Amino acid sequence: MIDRRLITNFDWTLLALVLAACALGVVNIYSASASYAPAGTPFYIKQLYWILVGLLLIVVVCSLDYHLFEDVAYWLYGILCLLLVVVLVVGKTSMGATRWLHLGFFSIQPSEPMKIVAIMTLARFFTNYATVGGLTLKDLLYPVLFLGAPALLIMKQPDLGTAILVILIAGSMMAYLGIRLSALVTCVLAAIPAVYISWSYYLRDYQKNRILDFLDPERDPLGSGYHIIQSKIAVGSGGVLGKGFMRGTQSQLRFLPEQHTDFAFSVFAEEWGFIGCLLLLVLYLLIILWGLHIARRCNDRFGSLMAVGVTAMLFWHIVINIGMVIGIFPVVGVPLPLFSYGGTSMITSMIGIGILLNISMRRFMF
Amino acid sequence: MTDHRFVRESQEPKKQIILLSLFAAAVFFLLLTRLWYLQIVKAENFQNLSENNRLRLVPVAASRGTIFDRNGKVLVSNRPSFSVAMIPQEVRDRETFFSRLAQYLNIDRQELVDKWEKGKGRARYYPVVLASDITRDQMELLEEKRLWLPGLEVEMKPIREYEDGMLASHLLGYIGEISDDELKNPAYNGYNLGDYVGKSGIERSWENILRGKDGGRQIEVDARGRVLRTISETPPVVGSSLVLTIDTDLQKRAEQSFGEQAGAAVAMDVNSGEILAFVSNPGFDPALFAGRMPPDKWKSYLEDKRHPLENKALKGQYPPGSTFKVITALAGLGEGLIDERSTVVCTGSYTLGKNTFRCWDKKGHGAVNLKRALKQSCDVYFYQLGERLGIDRIAAYARKFDLGAPMGVGLENEKGGNIPTSEWKLKKYGRSWYQGDTLPAAIGQGYVLMTPIQLASMIATVANDGTVYRPHLVKRIIDQDGKVLQEFKPEIIARTGISQRDFELVKQGLFAVVNEPGGTGAMARLYEVKVAGKTGTSQVVKMRDNRGSIPYQYRDHALFVAFAPYDKPEIAVAVVIEHGEHGGAAAAPIAGNILRAYFEGKGVLRKPVKAPAATDDGEQSDSAAPQAGDAATNNNQGQE
Repeated sequence: MIDRRLITNFDWTLLALVLAACALGVVNIYSASASYAPAGTPFYIKQLYWILVGLLLIVVVCSLDYHLFEDVAYWLYGILCLLLVVVLVVGKTSMGATRWLHLGFFSIQPSEPMKIVAIMTLARFFTNYATVGGLTLKDLLYPVLFLGAPALLIMKQPDLGTAILVILIAGSMMAYLGIRLSALVTCVLAAIPAVYISWSYYLRDYQKNRILDFLDPERDPLGSGYHIIQSKIAVGSGGVLGKGFMRGTQSQLRFLPEQHTDFAFSVFAEEWGFIGCLLLLVLYLLIILWGLHIARRCNDRFGSLMAVGVTAMLFWHIVINIGMVIGIFPVVGVPLPLFSYGGTSMITSMIGIGILLNISMRRFMF
Repeated sequence: MTDHRFVRESQEPKKQIILLSLFAAAVFFLLLTRLWYLQIVKAENFQNLSENNRLRLVPVAASRGTIFDRNGKVLVSNRPSFSVAMIPQEVRDRETFFSRLAQYLNIDRQELVDKWEKGKGRARYYPVVLASDITRDQMELLEEKRLWLPGLEVEMKPIREYEDGMLASHLLGYIGEISDDELKNPAYNGYNLGDYVGKSGIERSWENILRGKDGGRQIEVDARGRVLRTISETPPVVGSSLVLTIDTDLQKRAEQSFGEQAGAAVAMDVNSGEILAFVSNPGFDPALFAGRMPPDKWKSYLEDKRHPLENKALKGQYPPGSTFKVITALAGLGEGLIDERSTVVCTGSYTLGKNTFRCWDKKGHGAVNLKRALKQSCDVYFYQLGERLGIDRIAAYARKFDLGAPMGVGLENEKGGNIPTSEWKLKKYGRSWYQGDTLPAAIGQGYVLMTPIQLASMIATVANDGTVYRPHLVKRIIDQDGKVLQEFKPEIIARTGISQRDFELVKQGLFAVVNEPGGTGAMARLYEVKVAGKTGTSQVVKMRDNRGSIPYQYRDHALFVAFAPYDKPEIAVAVVIEHGEHGGAAAAPIAGNILRAYFEGKGVLRKPVKAPAATDDGEQSDSAAPQAGDAATNNNQGQE
């Protein structure tokens, strides 16, 4: 199975970019959680473990031919949809949301793998679905049905962030295939009642509040409005050069309860300033462009579609997270990939990276 | 596998990749522009906010809802109190801070440090409460010394006030600081360390209703912690109030009549299931739990053999003893095995196989019919009836009364008692049911267990000829202005389907228990109102003799259930006196007292001028050694 050419063609550039982002992440978590005194292993050490687990996953994912994913895509999709239903029925409620499924000794959160599986499913669907001159409205119907079900189930959990991500990823993949202008206009028009219905029936009060708080941060100065105001102060007070490593007064004063997870970027921005942010954003942009480059180089349709999907997943995570931290998006609880503390996010991102590397190194196989 | 080779029908996707790349770059550029704006254009602005001035959050605690009795009397309210908090980020020298504060408050320094350590890991701008409910003098002293204690904050917080001290303490429950386990529990989502939550009783079970929503102020302070301006404010929302079904006067009289005795009593409206009195004696002082509990007091609660912290009315599961004969009798009538003329000859004991089952009266009752069997609580009559019925038919009748499971009074952790069946025993012990198990069960011993709530519900159901209302404690939820938010109507949870004629026969027996010569419940008699009832004694351990010298914890429990008025029942009462020995002597007078208080409250009875005396004319002498039965006394005791 392992061909010599696979080793010689391994995409070291992408891996290096990814490890650079991870390293910055660990340094930042070290600073962000320095004023915590948690019992047991410090957060940054745990994050290193997660990175190691992620690298192992990359090896596993790379050792399989990605065409295997094409065969199993629909099966995985079916199983995950079923699990999402099961989660809603018997899942464990934590912090008001039902996302976890406890299977004896370990727990899974089916909405996370759904992001990757949604990419596989759509890629599989469009592989044998040739279109000329862009997707028409009819062409969009199946994928919308495909993804509407899991998106609604995830929104019901309620996990607004993941649901929005699934929709954005799918949208990006279809944009890659090209959408006819007429279809695009119809979609935008159809989105208006869909948003209205979501608002009225699917969103929980706290989610609505977060969006309203975003529009008017003074509305709830104690809740998420407070986060937005404080996050903006942290980012803004960083200035051009930042306050320096471990010197962020806002973040060291722990004004944010989730500063090492969802708000990790605001700590980074305070300590490293505009220059640091610029560097990090350039790093991320390189990863994104490289992902798209892999998609372009790939000579089979399934592979390039998957590459676009995975890249889109990373892209939207980055944009929504940073946008939220700097106050241009509502707080929806989306981590910054490869950077925020957390095992789930790290594993999903690393599997995605593994898929990209996989596609990249098998580009000469045809 | 399908053919994966990419059919290049056009160059479209290549063009799309370039477009997508441009799009991604544009979005990143947009993010950068925003960062430029925040970090370069507005940097000075934010730096001022972050370095010279700080935004601080001052929580404003919400008041819990008030708890009223059925007549609108306040049972639990709030009073203002002052608590001391520190804002970790503003304390410069922690050591001196704690030492000084300990000195001013006269509290052990370690206690303050412990409180602070519990608050570690939270936002440093967030106040950590170090001492609650300080006195006014202490507060004034602290205000005086404030300059030497930077980072100190004195907060005004509403605190619970229990109007009648220990009255109905088990029912009302108490509040306390949220525990670590509770904080981890998703049910307590939205609570913070140092918040007060209901820990037991109504305070706990109705926490969501009673708890309001904390508000807060966002203020800007300077580097010295002085308030510059309030940026925004969210006012606290007062919790909703509860109107209970309890009648304070009745509750008071009921508790008083227990004296030092341990036990429980439940009084219920026969026609609605509303609980009018809910006693678990001895009680405790709920106010001690919210503040600082003196260690010796805590120790005395724990060491008291009468278990003052245990809610006996809700969680006490007692063998119902002879009060259960009501169920056995109804089963016998319903199944057509007996009628009012059927008689059994009681010789003082009954032999089944190798075992001999004794009647509490060793001399024997002679020939007894249903009415006499109830009146004198003859065990042999019910042994024989039980044997003919079999356990499963008895259990089926008990189930008609909805016994054997919690009744849903609206308090957490209500116990369900136990109604054994043959299947139950097989499942629980892996052994089949023997007839020898049925006989004790028929007289409410052995595996049968009931809570005081179930006892009251059972007798109320007999009184109203077969409707089982859900016993409940909360009448309505109201808001601050008295507007009704929710009303709890009487809820019928079961209808027994037993004929009125059968109830009539049993009730005649219960009337005789209290009112006829030889009845075991004479001490519950009221002359102005007709009372019917049933005594019970429930064995704690099997013991033969030496009654006088049995240690307290091995003595039998005394029970009494009653309803009144006989002709048109309004109120049902169940009383359990732990280790009180004889239902007729220990429990019946208390039931009588509660009924008396109820009818006095209604103006039916006149209140006694001086020491009241519900004396009775002695019918039967106290039995020497009832093994599993009742005894009545003929002492002319004054009550209360």
